[in-house]
Amino acid sequence: MKMLLNLRQDKIGFLSSIVIFVTIMLGVFAPFFAPHDPNQVNMSLRYAPSSMEYLLGNDHLGRCILSRLIIGIRPSVLWVLAALGVSVLIGAALGFLAGYFRGKIDTVIMRMCDTMLSFPGYVMALAIIGVLGVGLQNILIAFILIKWAWFARIIRTSVLQYAELDYVKFAKAPGIKDLQIIYKHLFPLTFSDIAVIASSSMGSMILQISGFSFLGLGIQAPNAEWGMMLNEAREVMFTRPELMLAPGLAIVIVVSAFNFLSDSLQVALNPALSTGQKRSKQESLSTEKKEVLMK
Amino acid sequence: MLNVKDVYKSYRKGGLIFSETHQIIKNVSFTCHAGECLGIIGESGSGKSTLGRLILGIEKPDSGTVLLNGQNMADRRVRAGNISAVFQDYKSSINPFYTVKDAIMEPMKRKNKTGKDGLRKIDQLLIQVGLDPSYKDRYPHELSGGEVQRVCIARAISTGPNYILLDEAISSLDVSVQTQILDLLKELKRIYNMSYVFITHDIQAAAYICDRVLIFKDGQIEELVDIDELKDVQSAYAKELFQSIISF
Ligand SMILES: Nc1ncnc2c1ncn2[C@@H]1O[C@H](COP(=O)(O)OP(=O)(O)OP(=O)(O)O)[C@@H](O)[C@H]1O
Ligand SMILES: [Mg+2]
Repeated sequence: MKMLLNLRQDKIGFLSSIVIFVTIMLGVFAPFFAPHDPNQVNMSLRYAPSSMEYLLGNDHLGRCILSRLIIGIRPSVLWVLAALGVSVLIGAALGFLAGYFRGKIDTVIMRMCDTMLSFPGYVMALAIIGVLGVGLQNILIAFILIKWAWFARIIRTSVLQYAELDYVKFAKAPGIKDLQIIYKHLFPLTFSDIAVIASSSMGSMILQISGFSFLGLGIQAPNAEWGMMLNEAREVMFTRPELMLAPGLAIVIVVSAFNFLSDSLQVALNPALSTGQKRSKQESLSTEKKEVLMK
Repeated sequence: MLNVKDVYKSYRKGGLIFSETHQIIKNVSFTCHAGECLGIIGESGSGKSTLGRLILGIEKPDSGTVLLNGQNMADRRVRAGNISAVFQDYKSSINPFYTVKDAIMEPMKRKNKTGKDGLRKIDQLLIQVGLDPSYKDRYPHELSGGEVQRVCIARAISTGPNYILLDEAISSLDVSVQTQILDLLKELKRIYNMSYVFITHDIQAAAYICDRVLIFKDGQIEELVDIDELKDVQSAYAKELFQSIISF
């Protein structure tokens, strides 16, 4: 609750969270918000410019671009978010285990991570697609398999750094349970690290999914996806560059919203940073008042 | 009664394959009686903090035992509410997400002393350590080092423990604040009849508060003396140690 209040004072953070919230809502209820059937071909409207009925115009098959954009939120944002969530969960669980308990568990988990991380991400994804076949689902599986190790490593480092602090030692002394210590003392501190890496890799994952669809390895036609819409627009890039605008901008806006949100979260989650700002503002106000009174 | 018996502790250094063990604590045995303040003096790196962690039961000795009234300290039920600690680094001794109230409340929660009674207890504790009750909604970064240390002391005594381990608890404070805290500790010890294990490298502070001091070197006990007999220590190392500050 306090965190949300902090976030509200930060204009960019507030705006980014609204953008993300609206995007998610649009995606979840896409069929309601989409003005037309996103897959309905209408050759008479080929490359039609924007009109009252088709706000963003029509593509090379005369399909409504706005509707395709909205439906495209599902694979481009929602599914990516889900894959991210799963890999962060796996990574956090293993990272906390390794960083908090150290010893043998740590060694085993870290060697597993090293093994996973020794394959370059794209090659691994291509290999998995090669085995499982083309499709959004398989790309998501590939993402989870690649990313968890990366998250586990970062979260472990973050946990290691905090697990030796005096207040954690103090909590251990009277016998507070390990789970409770992790939840109360380590999680809040590592959470800002987790939120930051998660939201920044959200950006890169959206771009990667779009990249795979752009290569034709992701979601299959005629379904809409932002990267694929870019790919389709590429064919007429020089004659009708405006077709690239809608999906391109959508990707840029959502990715930046996630990146800005991660920056703002870092400040909002840290009481030292957030209350410090408020205090200093109040103090400067009161000194101003004093100066006025002196006159 | 706190009983440390034949305790050894070593740490492994290096990687998986080429690791060597460093013996940090070697064959340490001593007793800290109820109501006593036992000082542990030694130079940096002699293993005082390591010994402190073993006493607190948050690390286990390689061999030997730490017993509290005959029960093994490694068991968390034995520790609960009976032993507490104050550490040196006031910057990291309170969770930055906790207010003073949350921090003091933490060990009390185990005893189900929350709610209105708990709040009154917190006010009382804060007054006892010389802080205004209005401090309870502050975050640690809004307190000075001395104030944080006072909060830590309030937190340590909140469950009424029999033993408190003070690991360089006053070393990072300036001299006048050190004396204030030492006086506070003396006062609290008198009121609650607690025992302290007071780890320090400052002989004067130890002389001020302790009943007995244990002189520690390279993970071993060099000598155990009463504070009154501090002037006539036997071992060469202890003599050398006191020579350097003979002026006091
Ligand atoms: N967790 C650990 N892993 C490996 N080595 C450790 C660990 N903790 C302490 N040591 C080693 O044990 C030795 C003693 O450390 P300790 O912190 O107990 O010293 P100290 O007497 O408290 O020193 P100081 O007065 O500076 O606090 C040091 O050489 C240190 O490197
Ligand atoms: Mg130490």
